Amino acid sequence: MHPAFSVIFLTTLIGIGQGLFLALYTGQVYSLANLLPGQDSQGFYALGGLVALVFLVAGLFASFFHLGHPERAWRAASQWRTSWLSREVIVLPVFMLLVFLFALVHYLGWTQPLFTVSDALVVDLSLIIGFIASIVAFALYICTAMIYASLKFLKEWHSPLTVVNYTFLGLASGFMLAAAFSAYKGIDLVAFFGTWAVIFTLTAAIGRVASLMRNRQLRNQYDLSSAIGVRHPQLAQQTQGFLGGSFNTREFFHHKSAGFVNNVRRLFLLLVFIVPVVLIAASYFLQSEVLPMAAFAFQYLGLMAERWYFFAEAKHPQNMYYQQIA
Amino acid sequence: MTQLALVIDLNVCVGCHACVTSCKQWNTSGTAGPLPDQRPYDDDPSGVFFNRVQTYEVGCFPDTETVHFPKSCLHCEDPPCVPVCPTGASYKREDNGVVLVDYDKCIGCKYCSWACPYGAREFDENNKVMKKCTLCIDRITDMSLPEEERKPACVMACPTSARIYGDVHDPESAASKAIREEGGYQLQPEWGTKPANHYLPRRKQQIHISEEELVRADNPLRKEDEVPFDQQSETLDDVAW
Ligand code: SF4
Ligand code: SF4
Repeated sequence: MHPAFSVIFLTTLIGIGQGLFLALYTGQVYSLANLLPGQDSQGFYALGGLVALVFLVAGLFASFFHLGHPERAWRAASQWRTSWLSREVIVLPVFMLLVFLFALVHYLGWTQPLFTVSDALVVDLSLIIGFIASIVAFALYICTAMIYASLKFLKEWHSPLTVVNYTFLGLASGFMLAAAFSAYKGIDLVAFFGTWAVIFTLTAAIGRVASLMRNRQLRNQYDLSSAIGVRHPQLAQQTQGFLGGSFNTREFFHHKSAGFVNNVRRLFLLLVFIVPVVLIAASYFLQSEVLPMAAFAFQYLGLMAERWYFFAEAKHPQNMYYQQIA
Repeated sequence: MTQLALVIDLNVCVGCHACVTSCKQWNTSGTAGPLPDQRPYDDDPSGVFFNRVQTYEVGCFPDTETVHFPKSCLHCEDPPCVPVCPTGASYKREDNGVVLVDYDKCIGCKYCSWACPYGAREFDENNKVMKKCTLCIDRITDMSLPEEERKPACVMACPTSARIYGDVHDPESAASKAIREEGGYQLQPEWGTKPANHYLPRRKQQIHISEEELVRADNPLRKEDEVPFDQQSETLDDVAW
């Protein structure tokens, strides 16, 4: 498939937004359980929520460049019964609203306890909103990934690993951003978020490598002979039906050499999984606040390469009819 | 239920592209249009077509044969392109099974084209919507046309009658008969999309000659001994140049 930058930005940016929100909420729950020191509502949760929102808005903004008619995008909410894309179009704004409310409640300081569950769990408004938003965040990971995983003719995507990878790559980069954000704010949660970021990054590495191995094993269930239904061992395409290019020769192929694609794979494996882990580990020892930020920046660059590769890797069966790109 | 479709005879298609051009002409001027081109006279032309004719060489030189392969939307009975559409712009008509795009609803997300394994959909870069073969829905449902013209433009244009149009669910239709009697097949049936369009394979030519065709009706040059009738009066051939 042809990797479109609008979709690369959309999927990576909202993944980070979701992950960052989940990191903030995890932090809040931990401090509620007195496992972490409590944080300032305004300075940490409200600002962090805002940063998450910025990533979500940026992703949404990027997605509009993918559409021919963004002004009609509201129509895309109508087919949620059958289309995962439609489901994403519904869940994303809902999640953005919840993150906004979460940040707003913290900003306004509406964090007085509403009630207490069995004398231990002090429940306030932000905890309730955050809980709902966390569920929606995971629903959004599933929707985004299922857009690809549900296409049964794109074998490279048609696997539960796609959902696993979208989720863990989003979590990893979101927690990485939380670590960078804490480092920037000088809050001593860097180790907490950094540890989780490393755990998620390593989990994502297992999933991504598993999918790379799976896709390497894939063999086409079709060939030129089955595509045109002429059962003869010697078949050669002489013309594709037109002289120049067409949608069919552009949309379904990356138009890069095999070597380039392989280099992108090596690059993303390095930048997404190895460099950030090393940098976070180094930041433990050096107590540096720059390193977590660098870890996030490198991981994001790597994620863009990862998403590019994700698209380029998928071989669309229609390419059989265009042997120059098959 | 009716399922309108094309049956394309690879045995007689000569690859003349008459279906391609007539399709482009009709649909550009019809309700599906325009089918815009980009840089049509430059080095890198591109454009929307609903129908393309590809050419394949089968066999090893010198024992090769050329197969021309017209390719358009197959109007699948279980079309994977329809349920994925987030707007409902892509739909399959209940009454005749034609798969269509509502260009006023389409947001141009191209998701349907990813879901179609046959590459039958083409994005219109000028109008930013997805386009595809409509089976000339504006011809075949136009009751003001005489019945013999209520056919897709490609079918009307094909000089070798390689394109048979009809209801593949009606066992008595010409399309169904051709499928049944001439070994009609679907493209990649194992994909479960149940394409409505069928193709007729290359097959041994059979010429039907009746007894009368072997007997000459007249013999203008009198070259053969046998004269079919006695020469009482002159025939038109005898007096004409
Ligand atoms: S050929 Fe493609 S576009 Fe046409 S109905 Fe089948 S899946 Fe849809
Ligand atoms: S490009 Fe148009 S018809 Fe295709 S899925 Fe998107 S909205 Fe539906």
